[in-house]
Amino acid sequence: MLLEVRDLHVEFKTRDGIAKAVNGVNYSVDEGETLAVLGESGSGKSVTAQAVMGILDMPPGRIPRGEILFEGQDVLKLKEDRRRKIRGAGMAMIFQDALSSLNPVLSVGEQLGEMFVVHRGMSKKDSRAKAVELMERVRIPAAKERVGQYPHQFSGGMRQRIMIAMALALEPKLIIADEPTTALDVTVQAQVMDLLAELQRELHMGLILITHDLGVVADVADKIAVMYAGRIVETAPVHDIYRNPAHPYTKGLLESIPRLDQKGQELYAIKGLPPNLLNIPPGCAFNPRCPRAQDVCRTHVPPLYDVAAGRQSACHFWKETLDG
Amino acid sequence: MAEIIRTSPHARAEHEEAGATEAGAWAVPVDPATGGGETILEVRDLVKHYPLTQGIMRRKQVGAVKAVDGVSFDLGAGETLGIVGESGCGKSTVAKMLVQLEQPTAGAIRYKGEDITKLSGRALKAVRRNIQMVFQDPYTSLNPRMTVGDIIGEPYEIHPEVAPKGSRRRKVQDLLDVVGLNPEYINRYPHQFSGGQRQRIGIARGLALNPEIIVADEPVSALDVSVQAQVINLLDGLQQEFNLSYLFIAHDLSIVRHISDRVGVMYLGRIVEIGTDTEIYEHPTHPYTQALLSAVPVPDPTAREHRERIILTGDVPSPANPPSGCRFRTRCWKAQERCAQEVPLLAVPSVFRGVDTPAAHDSACHFAEEKAVVPH
Ligand SMILES: Nc1ncnc2c1ncn2[C@@H]1O[C@H](COP(=O)(O)OP(=O)(O)O)[C@@H](O)[C@H]1O
Ligand SMILES: Nc1ncnc2c1ncn2[C@@H]1O[C@H](COP(=O)(O)OP(=O)(O)O)[C@@H](O)[C@H]1O
Ligand code: SF4
Ligand SMILES: [Mg+2]
Ligand SMILES: [Mg+2]
Repeated sequence: MLLEVRDLHVEFKTRDGIAKAVNGVNYSVDEGETLAVLGESGSGKSVTAQAVMGILDMPPGRIPRGEILFEGQDVLKLKEDRRRKIRGAGMAMIFQDALSSLNPVLSVGEQLGEMFVVHRGMSKKDSRAKAVELMERVRIPAAKERVGQYPHQFSGGMRQRIMIAMALALEPKLIIADEPTTALDVTVQAQVMDLLAELQRELHMGLILITHDLGVVADVADKIAVMYAGRIVETAPVHDIYRNPAHPYTKGLLESIPRLDQKGQELYAIKGLPPNLLNIPPGCAFNPRCPRAQDVCRTHVPPLYDVAAGRQSACHFWKETLDG
Repeated sequence: MAEIIRTSPHARAEHEEAGATEAGAWAVPVDPATGGGETILEVRDLVKHYPLTQGIMRRKQVGAVKAVDGVSFDLGAGETLGIVGESGCGKSTVAKMLVQLEQPTAGAIRYKGEDITKLSGRALKAVRRNIQMVFQDPYTSLNPRMTVGDIIGEPYEIHPEVAPKGSRRRKVQDLLDVVGLNPEYINRYPHQFSGGQRQRIGIARGLALNPEIIVADEPVSALDVSVQAQVINLLDGLQQEFNLSYLFIAHDLSIVRHISDRVGVMYLGRIVEIGTDTEIYEHPTHPYTQALLSAVPVPDPTAREHRERIILTGDVPSPANPPSGCRFRTRCWKAQERCAQEVPLLAVPSVFRGVDTPAAHDSACHFAEEKAVVPH
């Protein structure tokens, strides 16, 4: 397994108390595989990814428990200089907002080239040629002419391509893309997702795609991990989860989205709001919003039950959910 | 913090009375384009150009951003017209002109037959009341220093005739109830509410003056999926309860289909195709609509393999310098010489004229043809 996250916990010290952002996350991704991490805002998707990358704000963040195995090695136990080597050459991240992730006062060529200067000890001149090559690889038209331009001179979609180029520079084994197309229009999103999927296939990388869009997931993922209040509540191969979800939260999400192919009746709406992380309900965190909740849900935290091969659900009533 | 959703709002006698007197003596021919309802709003050749200037001392106009450049549509009473299109195509600018936040450069906006762009003073004020707006961002569109009661009741300061001073608190509490919020929250501040709840506050404010038309600019775009469904259902319910007409702007094509009776597709300041939801989604004839629909990811992994994707190349041109002829031609795979010469009009394409087919709806393309792009 390329990456395996085991029982990861992350908490933040805040003015109002300890915010339990991640409460026992387990997921894994192999080479050439795409794992989609799905969940509403605040469910802990980005914090988990930041912990994997080693870019969490600590403090106020803290990892009280858990393992992050990259090629079998627990990166949480590594010294910072070893970690820095893995970051970039082993794993790289693509963020939602390219404009604020790129340096506004350096040309894109300098930023791309810097990767090769720092990590590969390349000369400035050679690194520039590499930058052009990368820009061509992510299909930026007129790469040679544009390599000296600054981030703000590119459109949103082109900037996202530059971010992808930057992540790919050192040919990492794992890419984590955190809502890479959320800020883009649908036609541009299609272009960028296409590119990402193609490069992943070509380079046989592992890809963790973080998103809240059930459509994007269906398009590209091999398997899914659904997050709620800092936990994985369901994980499954992509076809299974859309055909027959095993957790009431997943089921609710799938039923609450309007469809492109039909004019809908009233939408199913999951009632209420996600919990306050300072005060997560006892038992199953979803119980106040769940149409199936029974007494046991209010007292006992459901473990991740094995539902089928490669499928797990953190619901006491996963069987009933599958059937109903 | 629990979100309180009330399912059965109290009787809305005041609203209904007000609605009844206003709908009164007024007749306009029934328009088949608006689903049989009376046309309440006619927009004709609407234009908004923002001047581009140069120089600091003597500002000289060197051009214009053609944000909206000849938009026409009708809105029927009780109808929802959805407007879709990518960012920058002019959706918000159209919305702002409808609620008089922007002055059109040219064109007419006729409310019940009267061109509101020509009105001023009391006549304008009377019309304004009937066309209200709900904004996208529930975080920035509410004044953080005002209580919810003051925010929702603010329109009464300008239109005291709708709710005399003594009755305002009561009215605001009724409105909170109507949008599914606890009326006891009247003295709370916006930061005490979640995004979905704030959007409900924005909707309550939009309803305060008993308008007939609500212009909703991306009202659910900033919300999470589960909360989005709650707000969409609320908007649906309110429309039926108060017979509202909606102009519903969004970039999410699935949401627009869900809520709209008819849909208009915009590109670079123009409507390129308009029709019923079935006409647009099942029988699109404009290449841009087809590309847009084909790019929407659908929540069905089995659609992956057999779905045709039209991936557009290049970026949207600048609205300061749009292409000649058809504005879409620089990205269109069907473009011919004629497309650069001749502006295609928004009308039923000649191939479909007089033919009994759902493809026979307004589409601004010289080479319009049907293409099914939404998987089933
Ligand atoms: N640096 C931080 N300090 C305090 N709280 C944080 C910090 N970063 C994230 N959080 C909290 O952790 C929770 C999970 O956040 P995040 O992982 O970003 O959610 P998601 O990506 O699923 O939207 C949120 O409630 C967020 O406020
Ligand atoms: N006040 C303004 N001055 C100059 N240009 C503007 C102004 N408002 C909007 N625009 C431009 O008009 C075009 C249409 O904008 P807008 O109506 O906001 O599009 P949409 O809502 O479809 O994203 C864009 O190119 C935008 O940059
Ligand atoms: S464990 Fe109980 S509350 Fe949680 S999702 Fe399952 S049925 Fe609902
Ligand atoms: Mg996030
Ligand atoms: Mg807008």
